[in-house]
Amino acid sequence: MTLYLIKRLAVLVASTAVAGVVVFAFMALLPGDPAEVALGVNATPDAVAALRKQFGTDRPPVVQFFDWFGGLLQGDFGTSYVTSSPIGPQISDRLGVTAVLVLGGMLVALVIAVPLGTFAAVHHRNPLGAAISALSQVGIAIPAFLAGILLVFVFAVQAQALPSGGYVPIAEDPAQWLLGLLLPWLSLGLVQGAVLTRYVRSAVLDVMREDYLRTARAKGRGSTGALWRHGLRNASIPVVTVLGLQLATLLIGAVVVERVFVIPGLGDLLLNGVAGRDLLLVQGVVMVLVAAVLLINFVVDVAYRVLDPRLR
Amino acid sequence: MRRIGIWIAAGGLLLGTAACGGTSSGGGGGGTPKSQALSVGFVAEPANLDFTSTEGAAIPQALLVNVYEGLVKLDQDGKIVPLLAEKWDVSPDRKTYTFNLRKDVKFSSGAPFTADDVVFSLDRVKSDWKLKIKAQLDVVDKVEKKDDSTAVVTLKKPSNGFLYSMATRLGAMFSRTGVADLANKPVGTGPYTLGSWRRGDSIQLNANASYWGTKPPLSSITLKYFKDATAMNNALLTGGIDVISAVQAPESLQQFADPNRFQTVEGTTNGEVVLSMNNSRPPFDDKKARQAVRYAIDHKALLETAWAGRGQLIGSMVPPTDPWYEDRTGDYPYDPAKAKELLGGKTLNVKMRIPNLPYAVASAQVVKSQLAQVGITADIEPLEFPARWLDVVFKQGDYDLSIINHVEPRDMGIFADKSYYFRYDNPEFGKLLASADEGTEQQQSDDLKKAAKLLSDDAAADWLFLFPNLIVAKKGVTGLPKNAIAESFDFTALSKQQ
Repeated sequence: MTLYLIKRLAVLVASTAVAGVVVFAFMALLPGDPAEVALGVNATPDAVAALRKQFGTDRPPVVQFFDWFGGLLQGDFGTSYVTSSPIGPQISDRLGVTAVLVLGGMLVALVIAVPLGTFAAVHHRNPLGAAISALSQVGIAIPAFLAGILLVFVFAVQAQALPSGGYVPIAEDPAQWLLGLLLPWLSLGLVQGAVLTRYVRSAVLDVMREDYLRTARAKGRGSTGALWRHGLRNASIPVVTVLGLQLATLLIGAVVVERVFVIPGLGDLLLNGVAGRDLLLVQGVVMVLVAAVLLINFVVDVAYRVLDPRLR
Repeated sequence: MRRIGIWIAAGGLLLGTAACGGTSSGGGGGGTPKSQALSVGFVAEPANLDFTSTEGAAIPQALLVNVYEGLVKLDQDGKIVPLLAEKWDVSPDRKTYTFNLRKDVKFSSGAPFTADDVVFSLDRVKSDWKLKIKAQLDVVDKVEKKDDSTAVVTLKKPSNGFLYSMATRLGAMFSRTGVADLANKPVGTGPYTLGSWRRGDSIQLNANASYWGTKPPLSSITLKYFKDATAMNNALLTGGIDVISAVQAPESLQQFADPNRFQTVEGTTNGEVVLSMNNSRPPFDDKKARQAVRYAIDHKALLETAWAGRGQLIGSMVPPTDPWYEDRTGDYPYDPAKAKELLGGKTLNVKMRIPNLPYAVASAQVVKSQLAQVGITADIEPLEFPARWLDVVFKQGDYDLSIINHVEPRDMGIFADKSYYFRYDNPEFGKLLASADEGTEQQQSDDLKKAAKLLSDDAAADWLFLFPNLIVAKKGVTGLPKNAIAESFDFTALSKQQ
């Protein structure tokens, strides 16, 4: 187990470094010069050149890369071209908002998927179970931003029951914070819930066919009780894996949902950065997202081993 | 099995509460009506609050006139009117401006405003400002204090542009003790002060209790920022905001057609939507080809189709709120036959490289089909704005036709720079602009009328329409600034009837 952890950690570090190179290269290939964009349609060549010097974008790309990556290793994300303020604090401010969004979406997905998936598995031979399967298929086909637009239309514009967007910090007004997050959570959670439902269903179905469940039933437990006591832990193993992969999907979904609901999270910061060619900011945000996804995968792999003794 | 049933019920309960949980608050954010607060939706958020070192229209839009004041300001008709200066005199040689300052003015920090602050603020433009526009005040030779309430500005040469610049952010008055953290803590003399700024979301301005002039009717104003026009429209529909500062596309006005709930205000801007032509390479280095384009376009039809008829036809580079405005739409009436004649039976293939912005895309489709009628085939290539468009069209000048809204006030001068992306080169035009700036106000007006006519006659470009200012607000909101012709969105008269 220890050896496995060390190996896995090494992979984590290496992939983060590779990601850094890739992210930087992509940014370098992005057309458009930050200095030109910052100065707009009244720029003179001299002013652009001076600003490039100030940004440090007049240096060779290799120098810029090591300067940036070296800073990252010390926890320094650099200074934004556009706002002239340090990038690190901006990212940490927004990261909290996005994390709340993603975790809430995940919770909604679980609350939907675990009971529905289990129910659909137990009743896979009758119409209700089949109906749930079919419904989840439909849910999978709807992208999160579309779900968001539909939810805004129904609950905010038509019913005037919930805010159509905006974000109030929890410290300021907990009730408004919650109300503002309900629709974004639902947008993310419904779609992910549909995906997860199918995984839960097939995992539970697999477990139901296992010998140990038959044994348990033979020992006089009802089928539900047997599933409850022995089945769900085993069924949870593949579900945890999917959950990890889904967290990454949720993160990307959140970027788009933030735009629909005007939530000042990482996605919002990222899109602003791209439009304004605030390259250092974009690199910083993308690196944080990539690192988050890699870390989630790492945790999932380790959790997998902990949950399933057969893998040790 | 029974337990699973309970689970589903719990899940359903959560969804159920989500669906009706909001009703108690009476609608998103609109909760209990606060009679003294309004929120206004904007699309561009300031990068920071320091317009002395950071470009971007969003900063003066929020702060100028509202938080910072100048000696003069621009009123809704485009006239320069007194603000912190009660009056001013211009010497006979037009080189010395004497400003008589109000005596009862304090900064929000409590420091009194005197001629020392005028000297400090204007000297600071030269020494500390980082914006390109600071060159507009290069004409200033020196700024002196005569006494506490009199400041004297001496120019190197007469300049009509000077006083106009003083009505922009360049003329904003700063406190000698209030410039330590301009990016986050603005200190001005205006009717509002900065309350709070939630980055990525909103800026709150609070009424300045010690304001020298008419106290603003509201206790606070929230400027809410939306990246997405649909989200902003939804916010007004659901009561999240009270005003949309500028509707992004006229077709969305239909949602606000109910006069019992909403009002629409249409005014003008300084934005000329220009069909730029590259004057330095074939085919548009030939005046006849440019004239053909101007005759080929049916501007009235274009405005109807592309921008729902909202906006105004102008025919040259001057908006109707400038004193020297003349309607030049008659110079090139719609005449496809004449356009064909000017082309001498030739057909042309041209590249139309436009920014991917709603007005440009909509206009480009119409221009393309109208040009096709006279034998000009235009290939539309939308480029991401700002980055790609700035690089390809603006910097490299690699285009034949483009469409962009030139929003800067009194920006006819860009045609005087032959390296500017129009690549228009006419020394005569430059001379007219120079003499206009140095002459009397009458001469200025006469010269600029001539200059606008010259641009139009030369077909240096085509002017599709003047971009409209479209504000939508809840019924009962009053004091909306109809025209967007200054750098600020003026909140000073904004109020709400109960």
